[in-house]
Amino acid sequence: MSTDHASMRLIDEYAVGDVTMAADTVWALEAHLETCAPCRSRLAACVATEAPGIAALVDTVRAGLEPQLDAAGRAAPSRRHRPRWVSSWLTPGMTPWLAMTVVVTLMALLLDAVASPSFFGDASPVLLIAPVLPLCGVAASWSRGLDPAHELTASTARAGLPLLLRRTTAVLVVVLPGLLVGGWLTGTMTAAQWLLPSLAFTSTALALGSVVGVTRAATGLAVAWGVVVVVPAWATGHVPLALRLVLQPDQLPGWGLLLALGIGAVIARRNAYSTL
Amino acid sequence: MTPTASAADTAPKTYAWEIRAGGLRVRVGRKKMAVDGLDLCLGIGTHGLLGPNGAGKTTLIRTLATVLRPTEGELELLGTSVGGMVDHRALRRRIGYLPQDFGYYKRFTVREFVEYMAWLKEVPKADVPGAVQRAVERVGLADRADHRMKTLSGGMVRRVGIAQAIVNDPAVLLLDEPTAGLDPAQRLRFRELLQELGRDTCVVVSTHLVEDVAAACSDVVLFADGRLVFQGTPDDLAAAGGPEYPGDSPLERGYSALLRNSGQQGGTW
Repeated sequence: MSTDHASMRLIDEYAVGDVTMAADTVWALEAHLETCAPCRSRLAACVATEAPGIAALVDTVRAGLEPQLDAAGRAAPSRRHRPRWVSSWLTPGMTPWLAMTVVVTLMALLLDAVASPSFFGDASPVLLIAPVLPLCGVAASWSRGLDPAHELTASTARAGLPLLLRRTTAVLVVVLPGLLVGGWLTGTMTAAQWLLPSLAFTSTALALGSVVGVTRAATGLAVAWGVVVVVPAWATGHVPLALRLVLQPDQLPGWGLLLALGIGAVIARRNAYSTL
Repeated sequence: MTPTASAADTAPKTYAWEIRAGGLRVRVGRKKMAVDGLDLCLGIGTHGLLGPNGAGKTTLIRTLATVLRPTEGELELLGTSVGGMVDHRALRRRIGYLPQDFGYYKRFTVREFVEYMAWLKEVPKADVPGAVQRAVERVGLADRADHRMKTLSGGMVRRVGIAQAIVNDPAVLLLDEPTAGLDPAQRLRFRELLQELGRDTCVVVSTHLVEDVAAACSDVVLFADGRLVFQGTPDDLAAAGGPEYPGDSPLERGYSALLRNSGQQGGTW
């Protein structure tokens, strides 16, 4: 920015407005005044002393505008219904699904408390649904059918893996503490038993999602798990032994491997997420 | 408040056309080729995309918005090749898109919704409030900015859609049937906005209203069965028709003449 300022004579002439100034001079002066506070203050002083007529006119206009400006100024700070960060992690479309997840967790806890131990053997129902519990939220996180603004979102710069991971994180932040508390309350399972399987399922859903779409992948996995758990339980009256073994703590390396594979596949296909 | 020019605005352009498609084919579903071998070059200006229902206008616009991936052929937007497994992030920051039926969050206020879209489009955080206010004012919704979306009429929702499309000052603006649901006065105002935007932006407006094209577009692209039938000025379109063709205005007659000559079967409708 230039350190040169307009001369006092120029400002005087401009303030009074009687002398015809060349158009280019006026133009240059106004351009300078827009960016230079000291010169504006000299102009203001000048108007006050030299041109009382203009000062009066400006005051009248201001008095007329003031009520409207006040009204506009009051309306401007918008009533904020929700903090801005919430919508950057969750879409309103996901809320019912997260609520459903919480309800399912609560029901599993209830079942855990009242169900006959013979049905589930030594596996707690919470433990059986824990691996696929985050999938409901994940399915809703990037879904054409469940998110009304999906078409708009899909064309924006943030669409793609970063946004998907953000929303998945939000789902996990809601679901995992719920499970943690549940496991602690019932005392039937340790965090290690369900944490890795549920993370592994989530990463697999995201990885498969790059091929068939996240919603389809998540629902597919959840249904598959349901079939594996529920159908034998229905038929035989108890949860199959093999399944109970799968969720034992000594199977953790297997789940860890699945998690690593899922994460690896997500990283390898990171660009496929931008047009899902 | 005037928007200041950024480095990206003043950098020299290194591409000849904002949108350039060569042999573009886009498949929808299993076997339908909605865009079938399209060659098209569009520069700065307002381009009206005309065509009968089912011509593939929406598919083309969605492909240009990078929502759909081209099946075959090449597509360059702002000098960047689109398609395949590439990151479209930088390109998408400079695209504005209004879908034909766009969903929104009913409980958001107009300002919250446009702010949310600005966040998704990676508008710099400091510029968001100003950009949102400008966009909302441009579509004449400043007095409704703090109303919830569900309290708005259909035409107003449409205008919110236009506001979110222009909030990031896009270099390519894609509007799919933007005038549906606008009343005549709003439509006039919208045409002015289109002309204004077309001065420094490549605007593509899909419409089935020939009069929109006549009033607001500098260029007409006629599209039928996934192929380009005609590209030229509205005057060229009017010149293509004669009194023997059906239509109430020279443009409509030109439209029917070109469609008939391209072998489009009109059917009973």
